[in-house]
Amino acid sequence: MGVIIPLVSVSAFWLVIGLGGPFLVPKGVNRGIVQTMIVLTAVCCWLFWILVYLHQLNPLIGPQISVKTIRWISEKWGDAKGVKN
Amino acid sequence: MDQYGTAPSPAEHPGIFRSEEMCLAQLYIQSEAAYGCVAELGELGLVQFRDLNPDISAFQRKYVKEVRRCDEMERKLRFLEREIKKDQVPMLDTGENPDVPQPREMIDLEATFEKLENELREVNQNEETLKKNFNELTELKHILRKTQTFFEEAGTEGMAPPETAHDAETLELTSVPTGSMFANFGLPIVFCCASTPNVNCFCFLQHEELQVEALLPLEVTRDLHAPDTPALIMQLRFVAGVIQRERLPAFERLLWRVCRGNVFLRQSDIDDVIQDAVTGESVNKTVFIIFFQGDQLKTKVKKICEGFRATLYPCPDTPQERREMSIGVMTRIEDLKTVLGQTQDHRHRVLVAASKNVRMWLTKVRKIKSIYHTLNLFNIDVTQKCLIAECWCPVNELERIKMSLKRGTEDSGSQVPSILHRMETSENPPTYHKTNKFTRGFQEIVDAYGMATYREINPAPYTMITFPFLFAVMFGDMGHGTVMLLAGLFFILKEKQLEAARIRDEIFNTFFNGRYVIFLMGAFSIYTGFIYNDIFSKSINLFGSSWRNTYGADFFQEHLTYEEQEKPFMLVPEKGFDSPGGPYPFGLDPVWNLAESNKLSFLNSMKMKASVILGITQMAFGLMLSLYNHRYFKSDLDIKWMFIPQALFLGCIFVYLCLQIIAKWLFFTAEANTVFGYDYPGSNCAPSLLIGLINMFMQKSRDKGFEGPTCYLNFWYPGQSFFEFIFLAVAICCVPVMLFAKPYLMWKEDQLRRGRGHAHLAPVELILLVVALVQVPLMLFAKPYLLWRRQKGYQPQIDQPGTSGGFQQSVRADMNGEDVEVVQHADEPPKENGASHGGGHGHGDGPLDMGDVMVYQAIHTIEFVLGCVSHTASYLRLWALSLAHAQLSDVLWTMVFRHAFGFDGYLGAFITYALFFVFFFLSVGILVLMEGLSAFLHALRLHWVEFQSKFYGGHGYPFAPFSFEKILQEEREAEEQA
Repeated sequence: MGVIIPLVSVSAFWLVIGLGGPFLVPKGVNRGIVQTMIVLTAVCCWLFWILVYLHQLNPLIGPQISVKTIRWISEKWGDAKGVKN
Repeated sequence: MDQYGTAPSPAEHPGIFRSEEMCLAQLYIQSEAAYGCVAELGELGLVQFRDLNPDISAFQRKYVKEVRRCDEMERKLRFLEREIKKDQVPMLDTGENPDVPQPREMIDLEATFEKLENELREVNQNEETLKKNFNELTELKHILRKTQTFFEEAGTEGMAPPETAHDAETLELTSVPTGSMFANFGLPIVFCCASTPNVNCFCFLQHEELQVEALLPLEVTRDLHAPDTPALIMQLRFVAGVIQRERLPAFERLLWRVCRGNVFLRQSDIDDVIQDAVTGESVNKTVFIIFFQGDQLKTKVKKICEGFRATLYPCPDTPQERREMSIGVMTRIEDLKTVLGQTQDHRHRVLVAASKNVRMWLTKVRKIKSIYHTLNLFNIDVTQKCLIAECWCPVNELERIKMSLKRGTEDSGSQVPSILHRMETSENPPTYHKTNKFTRGFQEIVDAYGMATYREINPAPYTMITFPFLFAVMFGDMGHGTVMLLAGLFFILKEKQLEAARIRDEIFNTFFNGRYVIFLMGAFSIYTGFIYNDIFSKSINLFGSSWRNTYGADFFQEHLTYEEQEKPFMLVPEKGFDSPGGPYPFGLDPVWNLAESNKLSFLNSMKMKASVILGITQMAFGLMLSLYNHRYFKSDLDIKWMFIPQALFLGCIFVYLCLQIIAKWLFFTAEANTVFGYDYPGSNCAPSLLIGLINMFMQKSRDKGFEGPTCYLNFWYPGQSFFEFIFLAVAICCVPVMLFAKPYLMWKEDQLRRGRGHAHLAPVELILLVVALVQVPLMLFAKPYLLWRRQKGYQPQIDQPGTSGGFQQSVRADMNGEDVEVVQHADEPPKENGASHGGGHGHGDGPLDMGDVMVYQAIHTIEFVLGCVSHTASYLRLWALSLAHAQLSDVLWTMVFRHAFGFDGYLGAFITYALFFVFFFLSVGILVLMEGLSAFLHALRLHWVEFQSKFYGGHGYPFAPFSFEKILQEEREAEEQA
């Protein structure tokens, strides 16, 4: 899927919610509070997502998996480039 | 509710971001209108009255009489309510809110209640007497009936063996078992008994017709030693009565002992249960009949009967009389029954009529009482025409309050309008946050820590999201989140029914009141669970993992045995990770759920970094809020000399740390690479940030680039040593600025205001500057030096409480053992300062108490500086709790539910079924409830301590308006508690 597509689409999703959401709140006594909640939700959710995403961007270690499971991965998820089975 | 219309408070002032603006107002109300006005204000519930007569005791106030009358009415209503409950008449409680009655209606109400109470008391009294009579008659009826059977039985009994007649010794021993005695009942003169020779005996006579006509009183004196002497006629009497069944054995024993066996008791249980007339309890009773002889015994027996509360009834001797009496008693019982029924009907009618109104009356009386209580707080004008009240009220609601006053005045028919007059005050107004059912739960979380200072930023609106979010970071699991969400949803959807059910259980109410918090916590837990890719500790592969197999066919050939198959091997990231494809787009790659041996090291690193970044973000946000507070209170001093150094301090060390984390994520890969111009050989040389941070503080010299065996400790970007020096220097410089700048400027301002001290200013300024500079080495060396000196020798001059000793002590106490070093540097300056200050212009005659200011400032500085470090570390609890949660749920899966999959067929189905229940209940009980509770508490702490300490004062006191709704609610709760 590439790095850019998820990065842009998820960020855009939360950006739209965080920036557009506050305008959709109907007028009333609680407008301010609902707006605050929407913005904060977008910020928190995006922040948490990006943290986990960035951590996996350049993994420094790989998963240690039992041979049995590696075989299963090879069958179901495929092999890396240059590996023949 | 009102025809005047209520203006909704403007949306710009929602009263939740900051507390409502309040003002102190004075009310001038005509005394005849006071009642009506206060009633209207009570309905409105937006005014907090202040007690203007604090020195006058509660008994000397003006409206004590009315309050007493209300108390009396309340008492009567309570009595009425009790009677209604006793009769089990359903009470009509529509929960409607009746208007406050006019004061003149109070007399009507009083009269009504008086009448009702008297009527009820009379009816009760009548009923009691009637019931007593009825009980007596019933008992008499039973006595007549039972004695009749005694005598009849006695008559039909057969003859006793003749030898018993003379066997006095045996008789004495066996006279209690009445059965054997009754065997003798039928003899003309059956037996005599005696404990000693030459005593009175009593005998039973029998008629020829085998029916006991009477027990003839006979007087017999017989010598036991003369068996030939014919039995003499004896005087024999009896009494009959009724006694409570449980008292009977004791009664019988005492009777036997006191009368030395010279009485004869016969008993029979009454089958009907008799109601006690006074208490209404059911009592089981027994009829007894005692035969004895002689007056002496009679008094004894009567006394004993009295002692045991047995009731004696006259019982005629002849069957004829008994029968007549019995008939008489029956007719009287019938009559009584009708009368009793009528009385009860009447009582019931009265109660049913009252039950329709009693709750409403109670509400009315409570309203009246609270009005008079409030009026007691008012001041009475000299002319006695006018009442003066002082109250706090929200500025936004002034119009509504004025409307209410106007309405109250008009309704009371007063010609003079009531006046509301705003007052200027230097007092701190109460804090009033307008909440609704959603925001209340969060506001309570904040208020539990401390009521916000008047008009300062309220953390609750931000807490509404950050609290469930931080909770969810610790609780992240889609499955558990769903359970929690559904629980919250259930409470929210069933809100009305559950509120109406008025469940009094405390634990239930805690959950119910926090239903919106629970709902949001559940929702966020689902999101974070999705990111963690955890659903009951299992992962889902929604987008396709980014990892591939890196091992060829020959590798699998080598590992074919069972043990070999279980050996873990790493999928090396250089080959196995699909870098062009990018990482798993949303959340954690499911491959990590399979990596049982090193899943934790990957996750821990991720969660720790995420915790630190989230924590620093939240603290920075808190700091930003403090800026808004300073701006709102127009405190330029605070912005320049508090906020900016604080922000610099946080930025230079902690935001820098965050940037380092992100840079490490972005630029350091598993493969060899070029990073910032240095050759980077591979993952073993990725910089260690934690040690890097420590080295930054120690300013340790290191190599540049990624060479050498400890390449992960080297500087990893050009100019790092320079930047880190600058950052550290700025951060350290911020500390004295935070500590001294504000107090010094305040002091200077104070000096200028007082228009003198210009001459002193220059030298004092110089002294202060020197003092500030001296602090730095003092901070560094004072403690080591003191420690060294202490260690060197335990010389006598350890403590000498000098002039400033007390002050130092107090500072120490305030520090509460944070850090000794800091205490030293904190309490040095005020000492010096105080000295120079005192030399400058005499002792504290001004409003600015330099010592206080300094102590306060020192505490805050230390709290902030140390807090930044300890709070950042404290945010690691996000990682720890999340790790614990994930591990626990993993254990629950593997240790419990997974066992079910080892079985086949019907057994497998059954075991799956059974184990699912165990798994589910443990999941809910341990993971959702207990883990949820602990995550809740940790989220609470993070908000109270780590977040709020950055900006929240919490020195306010709550606004407690006079409101009927609240008073009635409290009364009702108190009633339910009782």
